[in-house]
Amino acid sequence: MNAQSADNDALAVPSGARALLTVEHLTMRFGGLLAVDDISFAAGDAEITAIIGPNGAGKTTVFNCLTGFYKPSEGRLSLRHDSESGQQPLFYLERMDDYRIADAARVARTFQNIRLFPTMSVLENLMVAQHHALLRASGFTLLGLFGSRRYRRAEKDAIERARYWLDRVQLTEQANISAGSLPYGAQRRLEIARAMCTEPVLLCLDEPAAGLNPRESAELNQLLLRIKEEQEIGILLIEHDMSVVMEISDHIAVLDYGRKISDGTAEFVRNDPAVIRAYLGEEDEEQEEKGEQGREQERPEQEQSESNRP
Amino acid sequence: MGTDGKTPEPPSANPGQSKGQQASDREGALPAADLLQGRLSARQMRDLVKESAFAGLIAFGIFVFISGVRIVDQPGGLGLEYHWSRLVLYVGIVCVGRFLWGLRVRLRRPDHVPQWKAILGRTTARAPQVAKILAGFALVFALLLPLMPFASRYLVDTATTILIYIMLAWGLNIVVGLAGLLDLGYVAFYAVGSYSYALLAYYYDFSFWMCLPLAGLFAASFGVILGFPVLRLRGDYLAIVTLGFGEIIRVVLLNWTELTRGPDGIDSIPRPTFFGLPFTRRPAEGADSFHTFFGLDYSSMQRIIFLYYLILVLALITNLFILRVRKLPLGRAWEALREDEVACRSLGINPTNTKLSAFAIGAMFGGFAGAFFATKQAFVSPESFTFIESAIILAIVVLGGMGSQIGVVVAAVLLIGAFEFLRSLEQYRMEALGAAMVVVMIWRPRGLLAHREPTVLLHHDRALDLGEAIEENDS
Repeated sequence: MNAQSADNDALAVPSGARALLTVEHLTMRFGGLLAVDDISFAAGDAEITAIIGPNGAGKTTVFNCLTGFYKPSEGRLSLRHDSESGQQPLFYLERMDDYRIADAARVARTFQNIRLFPTMSVLENLMVAQHHALLRASGFTLLGLFGSRRYRRAEKDAIERARYWLDRVQLTEQANISAGSLPYGAQRRLEIARAMCTEPVLLCLDEPAAGLNPRESAELNQLLLRIKEEQEIGILLIEHDMSVVMEISDHIAVLDYGRKISDGTAEFVRNDPAVIRAYLGEEDEEQEEKGEQGREQERPEQEQSESNRP
Repeated sequence: MGTDGKTPEPPSANPGQSKGQQASDREGALPAADLLQGRLSARQMRDLVKESAFAGLIAFGIFVFISGVRIVDQPGGLGLEYHWSRLVLYVGIVCVGRFLWGLRVRLRRPDHVPQWKAILGRTTARAPQVAKILAGFALVFALLLPLMPFASRYLVDTATTILIYIMLAWGLNIVVGLAGLLDLGYVAFYAVGSYSYALLAYYYDFSFWMCLPLAGLFAASFGVILGFPVLRLRGDYLAIVTLGFGEIIRVVLLNWTELTRGPDGIDSIPRPTFFGLPFTRRPAEGADSFHTFFGLDYSSMQRIIFLYYLILVLALITNLFILRVRKLPLGRAWEALREDEVACRSLGINPTNTKLSAFAIGAMFGGFAGAFFATKQAFVSPESFTFIESAIILAIVVLGGMGSQIGVVVAAVLLIGAFEFLRSLEQYRMEALGAAMVVVMIWRPRGLLAHREPTVLLHHDRALDLGEAIEENDS
């Protein structure tokens, strides 16, 4: 395989959907450490794309590059909006500041360790997410100081949008209490609601199911599927919880040691020997001993042990 | 020890003994009877003695050089004078005090909540109501103060000073309380405002009313100038840089003698006029002054009272601005930035602009207050803008409760009022103040009236109404 065809393979969305986000040759170095090594993949529009991999595989680094928190050492990250949705359909994320990525390119994200505004109320958290629309409506504060009608209308709209998302994540009752006093699972949901209040085209979720119990994980699955269907936005997901990943992902990219080792549908990835090797490292030696035939026979067993992983 | 908010003293199952102990607790007397009953084990007693001895040791370390040894002038140079008896007395007081306190704590029943804690817990729970009532009273009192029979010239003057500090603290509250940027050089903006007016009046005969907005503008520009280089810094680092900035401004004012006349300061700064009417005894030929225009007798109190109302209006404008801006996206972005900058960026908020706006607007109010200070004193010199001023303003903000408007008022009245009140204590004034602050911080670690009300409420039962959505709900 030459480099060109490898690229084409890597950049295809398995379902054949339009590529919303295209990551090409993304490389991130921290001094001498190569955290992400020449990764290419595409995330489809209105699809859930999962990035999985063992701890330290570079998943969060990819996220941080995407959302501008790191400047990638090499590579191109292009985000293509629906042609009718905005005047500027194509964004090169690697050239943009983090807050511009959220504001102009409309990529929203959540964090592995929840980052809410803890002393502000739940509703205020969602109002902050609609900062730009409100700031413009308030005439960059000048008109808002004098209580202009336009600003009050905009604020009312913002509250309505917040209420919609609060209803969706079942937090309407807690709207007026401080976000920091919510239980853990509710904080996770609030963070997703807050990201959705920015009206993103791509929602990046960094381990949204971490710390959730099985019932909450199932609810999260439903929420994400409904967001995908109703809002028709792309969702990019880092997750360790295989019950979430395998159930809802349309497309999975697997990283290990900063390299992409597999890419495809859930079914394909589940059966990919490279993935199994990465997750169950000790299989390597056994496989070498037993050779190709042995590996074929062993697969069902490996599959089971993989799906049991937390 | 119980936590705040618990009700004191649940009914006791063993009335005889605990009642006796309760009574002795309340009187603060040593419950000698309990000691005799052997309620303290030998081990507890040993710990107690150990603690007292340790406290005494620390006290010895502190007092040996403060009180034990004194430097005196002697013929032929300096000599030392020893006050061992005094040292022994102080250490003894500490030892015995620690012993009695320890005894009290040990003999207290585990579920006992002291009276003062219960009261404190109740007021903490009711902070919003307390704040609202207090704000109403404070406003009425402030409006009527100069008309009160007891309003002497000295009192109104002191009240004016307190109001300057209230305004400064409110301005600083934007930067520290809302945006969470620790600024130790706020006095620099106060100085910029003062000197803007002083210099413009001195060189170009600008009037106070022309200079007031200009002073705000200049101070805001300095806020931006300071803001730019320090945007990346946070917490301690920011504090140090702002501290340096404050000193730079003061040192420049001190040394640029061609412009600022250095340590001599600028005097005979014109007083403000009342819509063009000066407060002079003898107005210029063909012109009116305040008292001739209104047909009053001349009194120097008129000007004092006018200045008082002027700063009151300026301070109230500051307050109104903050109350409003908190409900606007800019104010919410400040608070969000204080809570989590990374999350802010992920939501598309530009941290640079947001921080700069906080610096600039906070500085602007400092500049207004500075211009007022210059016209009130009719004299400015770099001496008025030392670091201690920054520290006092910051102390007011922290003491009052970060972000709490009425808390700042209470703290300013206490702190600046205490300064005046404690004048008789002379050099012990600062110590008394420090001790008072330590006590307040033990009782109310988040400030006197720290409480945050949400800036917007979601109403569940009714259809959302415009008026309700932006209901005024804080004080």
